[in-house]
Amino acid sequence: MDDTPENNGHTGSEVGPTEPAGSGVAPSASMLLSLRGITKSFGAVQALQHVDLDVPAGQVTALIGDNGAGKSTLIKTVAGIWAPTSGSVYWKGKEVHIHTPRDAAHLGIATVYQDLALCDNLDIVENMYLGREETKVGVLDEITMELATKKTLKDLSVSTVKSVRQVVGSLSGGQRQAVAVARAVMRESELVILDEPTAALGVSQTAQVLDLIRTLSGRGIAVIVISHNLNDVFAVADRIAVMYLGNLVSHGPIANYDRNSAVEMITTGRSDRVPSSLASSN
Amino acid sequence: MTTEKVSETQSSVDEGASHPAGKSASNNVIALMMTRFRRGDSGMIPIVIGLFVMGIYFETRSSAFLSVGNLTNLAIQASIFVILGMAEVWLLLLGEIDLSAGFTAGLGGAVAVILVDLQFHWPWYAALSTALLVSVAVGALWGLLVIGLRLPSFIVTLAGQFGLQGALIWVVDSQGTGGTISVHETVLYNIVYGNLTPLFTWIFIVGTVAIMSFNMIRKNARRSAQNLESQPTLILGMKVGGMLVAGVLAGWVFNSNRGTFTKLNGMPYAIVVVGVILAASTFILNKTKPGRYLYAIGGNAEAARRAGIAVDRYRMLAFVLTGLTSGIAGLVYVSQLNGISDGIQGGTLVLYAVASAVIGGTSLFGGRGKMMHALIGGFVIATIYNGLALLQFGSAQQYIATALVLLAAVTIDSLARRGSTIVK
Repeated sequence: MDDTPENNGHTGSEVGPTEPAGSGVAPSASMLLSLRGITKSFGAVQALQHVDLDVPAGQVTALIGDNGAGKSTLIKTVAGIWAPTSGSVYWKGKEVHIHTPRDAAHLGIATVYQDLALCDNLDIVENMYLGREETKVGVLDEITMELATKKTLKDLSVSTVKSVRQVVGSLSGGQRQAVAVARAVMRESELVILDEPTAALGVSQTAQVLDLIRTLSGRGIAVIVISHNLNDVFAVADRIAVMYLGNLVSHGPIANYDRNSAVEMITTGRSDRVPSSLASSN
Repeated sequence: MTTEKVSETQSSVDEGASHPAGKSASNNVIALMMTRFRRGDSGMIPIVIGLFVMGIYFETRSSAFLSVGNLTNLAIQASIFVILGMAEVWLLLLGEIDLSAGFTAGLGGAVAVILVDLQFHWPWYAALSTALLVSVAVGALWGLLVIGLRLPSFIVTLAGQFGLQGALIWVVDSQGTGGTISVHETVLYNIVYGNLTPLFTWIFIVGTVAIMSFNMIRKNARRSAQNLESQPTLILGMKVGGMLVAGVLAGWVFNSNRGTFTKLNGMPYAIVVVGVILAASTFILNKTKPGRYLYAIGGNAEAARRAGIAVDRYRMLAFVLTGLTSGIAGLVYVSQLNGISDGIQGGTLVLYAVASAVIGGTSLFGGRGKMMHALIGGFVIATIYNGLALLQFGSAQQYIATALVLLAAVTIDSLARRGSTIVK
């Protein structure tokens, strides 16, 4: 990625929050991930309608919306849980087809689900390497894996974990979240998707996770965070994308939004405040 | 033991490392053992202590119990429970169970007995491999039904228990020898009644202890070379010392003369069979990807799937390995019985096998267990069986005592776990 966060922010403000969704603008090669006209139907139910979204590298994009707005459906399309009914996904400006979680992982997309998908009975090292263990002549190379795990956790400034040989079941919610994120980072993912990373966490643990998200974007990794918590969103996000009844109703830099406009967008799908807040912020 | 996972020894290091090794080192070891016990992380120590207590009790009631002849006999009795218990561990790790394993063993054994004897006269290696192939096929069939049709393994293998019992009766009775067939072939007979020479007994024991100690020390050295947490020298020394003592005792027992009229000594081949299966299975579980994946699937199958693991393939592997190990148990079983009958208690046998694994500490709910557990648990059950028989008690007392030990083992485990920090 040759983009610096600065010029990404510039690109973002050009798109602007008031631009109607589904406009079909050709994806820019400077964007890490671009979605164009993504539609997903389950039988007669249209869960996603012509969603256009751009995700720049090195920035945190918060995906917000009410329950059932289509956030998770959209994420699962990118994560390879299912293919979209129609529409295109562009990765670094090239169209890609993501059919399985493996395809997504191969591109460098890692998803950390709400239920975390860790094995409680395995220790941190075993979870970090699950499915892609290091081996020497067919035998698990525990020392290499343990050293790399320690290094990754240190790089992410995760210091609360006492031993990397603790079973994950004995960790706190924040530590588990950190392990799940560290696993994504260790696999050299370029886009990390976090589904409600702070749901069920206490105040200090939430702060730890938000720090972790900032560390990720500081390393040039693109982050998409699904969240219900606007405090977290305004604390950590560089960009906001609002979904309402299967439509992406607005997206742009965080400076174009305030709490009230965000809430209005989430609940009604539109906000009269945005133009004025835009005017004031410009 | 080399089989012990680092994660278990690691927690001990956390506490041990904060104190410099010195004159208080032995106090620390005891203290951290207590801590581990309270956290439900005590491993197999309580059950090993229980085994010793039972041994002492039986010896005080009947001086024949600790005779070399009886101890060898006990080891042979245990080997059936241990091997069948190890067969169950493969599936218990996944939260599955095979209730038909006793009859899988019986059928495999019957096939071997029939093919080496009577009208067939197959060479022993062909007969034994065919028997194992039959057992593997049975395991694979249960795997296909459970995985392919998404049926519960409890029901599939319960049906399998009836089906295989029928098959066994049919196969044995079709030989027209009145429902029992005896073994007249040397190799099959010698699995239990043949012995290593005393020299090879020592070579086997010393070799095993040396390899295990070497691996343990080398692993520790490599870890400390990388500044990773390693075991305190005292604990390492205690483990190596414990293995040495156990090895010398076992060698002395097996190599003492236990014959009444003629000299009889050396380690029965059945014990070698147990050792080889234990080592191979533990290696697969602890040191290879398939082993790691079995634990992962047992812990959280969905997480394993999302990590890109072909979950169904590894579940199938577990069913096949259960079938294979049951088949080996069947060969040892017919060797011990010196034949096969259409009335063998395959249903009771499999329950002893599951009990062995659970008494040793393997969970019925998947994700937690070791092959070593079946070894310890199998010896506990054989000790009850053997000791009560020496005291002239019948099956009534044997069953009730086994029930009590099983309940005690599960209760201690559950109570310790409740106080533990490990959420499981």
